[in-house]
Amino acid sequence: MSAQSKPVLDTVKHATDTPEAAQPWAELGLKEDEYLRIREILGRRPTGAELAMYSVMWSEHCSYKSSKVHLRQFGEKAPASDALLVGIGENAGVVDVGQGYAVTFKVESHNHPSYVEPYQGAATGVGGIVRDILAMGARPIGVMDPLRFGAADHPDTRRVLPGVVAGIGGYGNCLGLPNIGGEVVFDPCYQGNPLVNALCVGVMRHEDIHLAKAAGAGNKVILYGARTGGDGIGGVSVLASETFDSTGPAKRPAVQVGDPFQEKLLIECTLEIFAERLVAGIQDLGGAGLSCATSELASAGSGGMRVELDTVPLRDSSLSPEEILMSESQERMCAVVEPEKVDRFLEICAKWDVIATVIGEVTEGDRLEIYWHGEQVVDVPPRTVAHEGPVYERPYARPDWQDALQTDDPARLPRPVDGAELREQVLRLVGSPNQADVSWVTDQYDRYVLGNTVLSQPEDSGMLRIDEETNLGVALATDGNGRYAKLDPYAGAQLALVEAYRNVAAGGSRPLAVTDCLNFGSPEDPGVMWQFAEATRGLADACLELGLPVTGGNVSLYNQTGETAIHPTPVVGVLGVIDDVTRRTPMAFRTEGQLLYLLGETADEFGGSAWTDVVHGHLGGLPPRVDLERERLLAEILISASRDGMIDAAHDLSDGGLIQAVVESCLRGGHGARLVVPEGLTPFTFLLSESTARAVVALPRGEEVRFTDMCAARGLPAARIGVVDGSDIEVQGQFTLSLGELREAHERPLRALFG
Amino acid sequence: MTTRVGVVTFPGSLDDQDAGRAVKLAGGEPVALWHGDKDLHQVDAVILPGGFSYGDYLRCGAIARFSPVMETIIAGAREGLPVLGICNGFQVLCESHLLPGALTRNDHLHFVCRDQRLRVENAATAWTGDFASGAEITVPLKNGEGGYVADESTLDALEAEGRVVFRYLDVNPNGSRRDIAGITNAAGNVVGLMPHPEHAVEALTGPTTDGLPFFTSVLKKLVA
Repeated sequence: MSAQSKPVLDTVKHATDTPEAAQPWAELGLKEDEYLRIREILGRRPTGAELAMYSVMWSEHCSYKSSKVHLRQFGEKAPASDALLVGIGENAGVVDVGQGYAVTFKVESHNHPSYVEPYQGAATGVGGIVRDILAMGARPIGVMDPLRFGAADHPDTRRVLPGVVAGIGGYGNCLGLPNIGGEVVFDPCYQGNPLVNALCVGVMRHEDIHLAKAAGAGNKVILYGARTGGDGIGGVSVLASETFDSTGPAKRPAVQVGDPFQEKLLIECTLEIFAERLVAGIQDLGGAGLSCATSELASAGSGGMRVELDTVPLRDSSLSPEEILMSESQERMCAVVEPEKVDRFLEICAKWDVIATVIGEVTEGDRLEIYWHGEQVVDVPPRTVAHEGPVYERPYARPDWQDALQTDDPARLPRPVDGAELREQVLRLVGSPNQADVSWVTDQYDRYVLGNTVLSQPEDSGMLRIDEETNLGVALATDGNGRYAKLDPYAGAQLALVEAYRNVAAGGSRPLAVTDCLNFGSPEDPGVMWQFAEATRGLADACLELGLPVTGGNVSLYNQTGETAIHPTPVVGVLGVIDDVTRRTPMAFRTEGQLLYLLGETADEFGGSAWTDVVHGHLGGLPPRVDLERERLLAEILISASRDGMIDAAHDLSDGGLIQAVVESCLRGGHGARLVVPEGLTPFTFLLSESTARAVVALPRGEEVRFTDMCAARGLPAARIGVVDGSDIEVQGQFTLSLGELREAHERPLRALFG
Repeated sequence: MTTRVGVVTFPGSLDDQDAGRAVKLAGGEPVALWHGDKDLHQVDAVILPGGFSYGDYLRCGAIARFSPVMETIIAGAREGLPVLGICNGFQVLCESHLLPGALTRNDHLHFVCRDQRLRVENAATAWTGDFASGAEITVPLKNGEGGYVADESTLDALEAEGRVVFRYLDVNPNGSRRDIAGITNAAGNVVGLMPHPEHAVEALTGPTTDGLPFFTSVLKKLVA
């Protein structure tokens, strides 16, 4: 594909004249029928540049060709919501949060690049999602990173994790965006396929929303930001759309290299351009680079587009037209600007030392035409590139091992026989890598910059003030549990949703909208496709019932090594709004003598639980039961109690059960707790069951009557389980653990492994 | 008339808005200064905020030092203009030779963000007058290159002249020599430190409000 090996420029005319010339469609990741369809659309063979564009845009990553038929449900089952201002299909969804503010947020994957080159893969994952948010017209105000790695003690995890964390920090810190939460999960199933998901949230006024479309013949197309280089060529088609094969060639060149300083300038420059209302349409350059930006802008507009590709500023002058179109060089944006505004646009770019070049214009026609030194190398209907790619109804079937997995009930596992054994298991649990303190990771991220961070990791949700006068704020939480989803992908996706929903409510925010990152194995495996179909169906059903629109997200397939897929891992982000951030509820138990209440009902539910994993290395049975109505009630109670100042602390119960939550809240606040096992529960179930729709709250004694009356009136079970007290956690009649011992167990593991 | 405190924005500055907010909460008027503009717009004091000016390329602060606005600030500082350098701003002050020594990569090689305890060793500078000498405060710290180094004789002189303004308590988070977190020039008008007082000015968003006296100190000094 290099210029040297192709001395003759493959123009449209040349392609017409040489219909039989062999083309490297297979190497570019296209299937034969896809290549034949391109020939049919064009009525001739594609030029090299056209083939490059179609190959990246029709890749799994860009076209969603395997997932599209399932993702439609998020539209079909969308709840009626007044909050949704912009839905799926744009760079990111936009939600109304009141007082004239709109918030845009989205989670995306950068899984494959982060395995090949952890630092740059993770760094450019942050960069890409930030540009998506920026392209909507918003100022990015925060990021979060749900991360999944192989076994904590595996040697390769020691290569991948520190690199990923340093990359996220190195890029995000340099942009000046607070990192307010996320997840760190370990499981051997992610050994060859770590999941690096990145979420960004941004805020703007309603009238500032921008869309990606190229309207108005004569308008100029301006490429601005970094120069285009040879990095990341074919990243989406080669890296993100095929499984890793250890015998294949090195894929390092397909990973992009980030420059966060350039991106910071791009953010400030773009926001200044927005403020002066200088753009008619805008698109960031991410996966598939210029191929994506030009075809999507042209496809969404009313006319065509003509681009002079040789005007693109290059880092490497030997790049061919094909390579320029496929390059995924970072920190670039593409804007459509009315001719009379071009000078001012270029002036602002110059102020910020950002290179900006008019590379083309919007035309009357309906074709995307690209020229290289005056010769036409692309002449295509843009919709066929951007929006009318192949759609597959992949076969799917419930795996034959699913029944055996579900009937392998954890009830058969031996449980602790006395308080001493229970104590020992609790200590092991809170010190296991998945339950341990993750500040070794999060201390590498700036959580203070911008001065609006109200809550951040390890709180249940990250919360940001968006108006300093009114104290309006937003909260975000991301959750996912691949073990639950493996046992039952339909329920697993719902469990991810309700956990994030509950986390947002625990802080006092009202959940408003959802973004998702669907991480799965190969869609060519019917079992994986079944997991995907089940998870999307589950998520869409639950979002409908909870009244939350899915505003956008991302699908990452081919997360598998050889025949072995990762656990199906839908990661769900929930956005909430809080009218007054000073009313938020933190997780820490801060005041001696306050009463502890357990909200919700506890059943004997251990399928997929942390206890089965840590103590028995077991995964089987069914995940905890989902009760959406109860989740909604619990959320309402938590939000009311927060607003009315009835509770001083709240913490969601999830993996590790009640004791994990109590340990975290005690350590955070520096106070102990005395717990009493309620009647009807065994100490083991009380402490370690993972029943959903539960939270633990601390309330001042003076609020007890008002709070319990509210719970009783609305039908939410609330049991007094203890009191904040001393410097130990004592479970009456069972065991006592000192905070010192717990802190050592909880805080040491990640530092010992990676420090 | 309110006191005008300039906050410089270099390309890559990140905590400029935060420094401005802190000035405002303390009762002053923040004035945005642009790196390319030599004019200080009649400000009474200047803050060089945190961030990654010029991407921290070459060396932290090494390029910012040569920006047009620094020419005026360096001259002003020699005449007694109060200047506070926070984090990247401290690095710029060292590169500008307004303060001795240099900031190097953290000894553990990671970026670190934590709530840091400090002792105020010198409450007589333009930026610390509202503290009691020996006061212990907690403000956020966040840096990748915050290890303070200088040769032994410089360190001895700083100690002897009382120019060590802040010292790390409990944990030395970056390998700084003699636990030094911040220093001043001989005149006491130029102060640089790695921790971020501007992130500790509101109970809602900071670990404490221990950062506020930095900003009230300079305002008081200027009206006195």
